[in-house]
Amino acid sequence: MSLYAMQKFLYHLNRDAGVQTRFKTDQEALLGEYPFTDEERSAIASGDVGLIYVLGANGQLLMHFAAYLGMPWPDYIASMREGVAKHGPVRAGVYAMTTAMNEKVAGV
Amino acid sequence: MSLVFAGVCSHAPGITGRAHLADPALRDPFHAAFRAMGDELRATKPDALVLVGAEHFGNFFMNNMPAYAIGMGAEYSGPIEDSAWIGIAKTRIPGNPDLSQRLITEVLQTVDVSFAEEWLLDHGLIVPLNFLTPNYDLNIIPVNINCQGPPLTPLHRAWAFGEALRRAADSVPERIAIIATGGISHWPATPDSGKINVEWDREFMARWARNDREALLAYSDADIYRDAGQGGFEIRTFISLAAAARGAGAIRHFQPIPIFSVTCTLGVMEVI
Ligand SMILES: [Fe+2]
Repeated sequence: MSLYAMQKFLYHLNRDAGVQTRFKTDQEALLGEYPFTDEERSAIASGDVGLIYVLGANGQLLMHFAAYLGMPWPDYIASMREGVAKHGPVRAGVYAMTTAMNEKVAGV
Repeated sequence: MSLVFAGVCSHAPGITGRAHLADPALRDPFHAAFRAMGDELRATKPDALVLVGAEHFGNFFMNNMPAYAIGMGAEYSGPIEDSAWIGIAKTRIPGNPDLSQRLITEVLQTVDVSFAEEWLLDHGLIVPLNFLTPNYDLNIIPVNINCQGPPLTPLHRAWAFGEALRRAADSVPERIAIIATGGISHWPATPDSGKINVEWDREFMARWARNDREALLAYSDADIYRDAGQGGFEIRTFISLAAAARGAGAIRHFQPIPIFSVTCTLGVMEVI
């Protein structure tokens, strides 16, 4: 897997309005510039926040992608839990889930 | 002239961005205390505010990650986050490249700090500024300690960096205020967001308030990760501040607010 590439893409998207525009208007070419696996590319293209979380993306990068996709805060939190339920524990990095599957930590 | 003000604060994006979801009985006193700390800071008539943060990929990434960096720009802008999401409008904040250069030159005597003439502020610095200098009219000098992309700088180096910042502040004629900002225990940007280890936070802040170098440096990153989450790595900023100010700290606010993801904390430290 190319976690580094996925994180770098998120870093570019978060900081650069040009990349944000291209994600909407020129997505295939934009994503073609990064050495993603097919799983990573489709996770990003479909906005699968849960899978990107499980693949190990740093949460501080992923949080802004979720905001960019327009996900309300409770949906963003829920999608990470659903990702773990579907794909298993976080596979890399330091943003693992430590609470129980059905816990609502801050009431969301 | 040296330091005219030293303090620490929280910076979680929820403090502004999720303010509408918080219990007003917890939120309002915290916001008021945050603004009051800004009044106190500005009353010391600083020429510049050195803001020691732990950014979240506003500028630095794993392609070329500095352990320590200081801004040297004529102006800075932010937030990088969507304005509606974070609840803060895009803005520009003045810098002072000449002062930056002199500070960096002195810091380099003991710490191999990076410098950056471009710097975009993320929530880590813009949330504090939103309360401390809401008109964004005080020159800032952003400073970063990498707390996001491991391997991370050891805590004792964060202390040494704080000592270097103090020496640098002492070496210039300007009046310098310094604020360090970080979370204490927290598990941000995970499904655990809102989990807070209040006892750990209380103990850490007690060590900080008595400026107990040995106790502050006694944590290992494995301990921090287990007890205080990956967000706890940001204690590096509070440790640097203690080394810079040298005095005793006074905790002005300490209130866990789960929807903000952290124990909302404000403190000032005597400069000696
Ligand atoms: Fe942070």
